Amino acid sequence: MLELYEGALNVPEIITRWYAEEADYNYGAYIPFIGTVRAEDGIEGLSFDVYEPILSSWFDTWQAKAEALGAKLKMAHSRGDVLVHESSYIAAVFSPKRRVALEMIEQFVEDFKASAPIWKYDLKDGQRLYAADRSTAIQGAGILGGKS
Amino acid sequence: MITIEFLGPIQKAAITMEAVSLRDVAEVLKQDDELVQWIDNCAVALNDTLVASLDIPLKDGDKISLLPPVCGG
Repeated sequence: MLELYEGALNVPEIITRWYAEEADYNYGAYIPFIGTVRAEDGIEGLSFDVYEPILSSWFDTWQAKAEALGAKLKMAHSRGDVLVHESSYIAAVFSPKRRVALEMIEQFVEDFKASAPIWKYDLKDGQRLYAADRSTAIQGAGILGGKS
Repeated sequence: MITIEFLGPIQKAAITMEAVSLRDVAEVLKQDDELVQWIDNCAVALNDTLVASLDIPLKDGDKISLLPPVCGG
C-alpha cells in the first residue's frame, strides 16, 4: 500500500491504522521507519515533488519481493511542504519473523533513496531550493548524453 | 507526435515533436541550452517505464519523461 499526502504526515494515525489493518494476519514483526525533517542549515522545512506513476510501479516491484518472503510493505510520503520537526516519510515492513523485516526495511529504504522519483527542496528565506547536492542520479541516468 | 515532459526541478514546460526513436529525441534535447545541466544526470522513461537504451522505436502518442537526480524521504 502506497499513500501520498499533501503536507506533513499524521504519524500516529498512520502507524496505528497500519498496525490495526494487519493485526489479524499473524505477522510477528512490524518495523516502521519514520523520516522527520531536522533543523539544519537554517531551513524552515523541506518540500517534495512526487511522480506517482513511476513511484507506484517501483513500489509494486518491492511489494512483490516482500510477498515472495511472506512479508508486506507499506509506505506513506508527503507532497509539498513539510516543516522542521514534522514527518514526510514512513516505510514499514510486516513479516512473520523479525529477520526478514529487519533486512527488508534497510534494503527498501536505501533503494527508496536511490530510485524513488521524488525531488526534495529546502525551504529557506522564502525560497524553494532544489537539494541538488543530496540527490542521486537514478541508475541508468545519462543515456541522453551518451552514457549507457 | 510524441510528448516530452520534464519532472521535478527542471523548470521547463512539456514539448512535442516528431521522432522515430529515442536517439532522435536525444539529438534535439542536447541542443537545448535549458537542459545543459540535466542531460548527463537524467534518467529517461518511455510511457512511465524507465529505459536503458536510446535504440528504442517510438510511435505516435508516446510520452517521454526526464527524471533528474532524486532524494525522497
